Amino acid sequence: MKIKISISSDVVTKPIMAESILETGILLNISQAHFDRSHGEVVADVDEDRFDIMCKSLTNKGAKVTKLDTPIMWDENECVECSACVSVCPTKVFSLDDDFSLQVDESKCIQCGTCVDMCPHHALSLGNNS
Amino acid sequence: MVKKSIHDINSKIRDGSVNVVTAEDMVHIVGELGAEEAAKEVDVVTTGTFGAMCSSGVWLNFGHSEPPIKMQKVFLNDVEAYTGVAAVDAFIGATQLSESQGMDYGGAHVIEDLIRGKSVHLRAVSHGTDCYPRKIIDTNLSLDDMNQAIMMNPRNAYQKYNAATNSTKSTMHTYMGTLLPSFGNVTYSGAGVLSPLSNDPDYLTIGTGTRIFLGGAQGYIVGQGTQHSSGGGFGTLMLQGDLKHMSPDYIRAANFTGYGTSLYVGMGVPIPILNEQIAQATAISDAGVTTKILDYGIPSRDRPALRDVTYAQLRSGCVDINGNDVPTSSLSSFKRSRQIASELKEWILRGEFFVSMPVERLPKDVSAKPMKQTEGIALVSDIMAVNIITISKDASVYDAAKTIMDTEFNHLPVVSSGNTLVGIVTAWDISKAVSQNKFDLVEGIMTRKVITASADERVAVVARRMDQNSVSAMPVIDREGHVIGMITSDDISKLFARRS
Ligand code: SF4
Ligand code: SF4
Repeated sequence: MKIKISISSDVVTKPIMAESILETGILLNISQAHFDRSHGEVVADVDEDRFDIMCKSLTNKGAKVTKLDTPIMWDENECVECSACVSVCPTKVFSLDDDFSLQVDESKCIQCGTCVDMCPHHALSLGNNS
Repeated sequence: MVKKSIHDINSKIRDGSVNVVTAEDMVHIVGELGAEEAAKEVDVVTTGTFGAMCSSGVWLNFGHSEPPIKMQKVFLNDVEAYTGVAAVDAFIGATQLSESQGMDYGGAHVIEDLIRGKSVHLRAVSHGTDCYPRKIIDTNLSLDDMNQAIMMNPRNAYQKYNAATNSTKSTMHTYMGTLLPSFGNVTYSGAGVLSPLSNDPDYLTIGTGTRIFLGGAQGYIVGQGTQHSSGGGFGTLMLQGDLKHMSPDYIRAANFTGYGTSLYVGMGVPIPILNEQIAQATAISDAGVTTKILDYGIPSRDRPALRDVTYAQLRSGCVDINGNDVPTSSLSSFKRSRQIASELKEWILRGEFFVSMPVERLPKDVSAKPMKQTEGIALVSDIMAVNIITISKDASVYDAAKTIMDTEFNHLPVVSSGNTLVGIVTAWDISKAVSQNKFDLVEGIMTRKVITASADERVAVVARRMDQNSVSAMPVIDREGHVIGMITSDDISKLFARRS
């Protein structure tokens, strides 16, 4: 399953993910990582059964862990199939097929929210932060 | 030589023998048969486009109230409509924003709500006259309650449009959508192969009076659109149609984050194939329509072009910029453009729609002028302070505090030994350092990421940068990073106060 690990400024310089991996023996498959001076954000895959242990270990070290289990919602009635969302999604959730219909593969979504701002027709939303 | 008249074609429409194809099909037909044979075979080519067209709106006539009112200000669902005409006429424009909901709701949404059969709240106020005594009115009206609802779009159906990208380090929110930093994406608009004006670039059949598809109903071309710039291949059209017959499939409100509202308009033009020259023009493909990719990171009317690009390249999903593959997005919908061209084709085949000859041609070889600015354009160099005090990064916090006290400058640019800018300290940074008992060097407490200006930038651009970064002063630097001046929000307010 996909999870998002947010690391705030006070612990951003510490190798907490490496520590958690060593400590729990659970692997994290990192698909996205973004760090700046103030905070870090990592998207990773983790075994569903072992999520609780990994989550606890990371949380103990000061990280915040969110499950990415409510991917982007697409309202086909509002969508006009322009494709504005296609170029802004970092994980290629959107594509146009041969007859220019929009295809949405929400399993790839990391809930970054970029497409929500981009869509001119309010056809895209994320569960928690609209 | 093929020569057909509008009358010939309309007779064929009447007796059901007309041959209509879309502009996409025509590419192949001319490719296979050549223009002359294609002109014999095909009678009408249909085009279509569906995209954001900000310059759109509707003239409404509300009917007279009892007692009557001469409306001076009109609001529909809290969005102001222009009523500087007769008593109960008003123009609701697509980009006017709601007084209460701001960018979430605008004139475009009022228009879509009306088409969807919803009623909208009308509030109008007036000063009252002998002939129109009423001073205020509140009522709810739906489209059926209005005498007229005439869509009148001053500028639609751009022949083609420049594509957009962003060279800066931050995300931009524009009317071309979200532009990701460092050339992260390219957005574009326009139907390419199906674009009405690109299929008749010499305006042989498209002009004043041409009957068209507008918003799912029959409409007309009024004439050239505003900013019509046929010389550079950027012709535009002014359109008119009856909102009462339009459909939400082809008229849709839109919101562009950080920009505001706009209206997606669906329109299509039938091109009667009177001769092979017209047939040849309708054979244009996506690869034959070339536009430019502009850098929206440069906040100027004259945004620099990064490269030429065809609609075929844009539609492929990815274009090359400086050796990198950059993903593209269309803002207009090609699928709906196709639907419009097909629907228009069906109308003609069913004998419900007849083609027409323009009563006036569109102007050729004209170009839109930039604005004449009589006030002159203020540059940073005109208003920046040049008697500035800087401080060395190796100075002590005490020195910095003393300099600020002595000079009354609130911001001190920090420079290295070569006199190049490396940071900035403010009175606030110093207070903070003192409160934390930090008395080391300026270098340890300064802000390193300095927001700067250069002397030849326009003041309006620098003012926006100041706002966006929430700073009140910026060092002005030259190409080598030497500090040559300071510009403050006070300087800018004074400049604008002097002018107003
Ligand atoms: S939220 Fe982010 S990852 Fe998910 S679909 Fe939108 S842009 Fe893609
Ligand atoms: S940006 Fe919105 S309207 Fe356009 S294709 Fe994507 S979901 Fe549909």
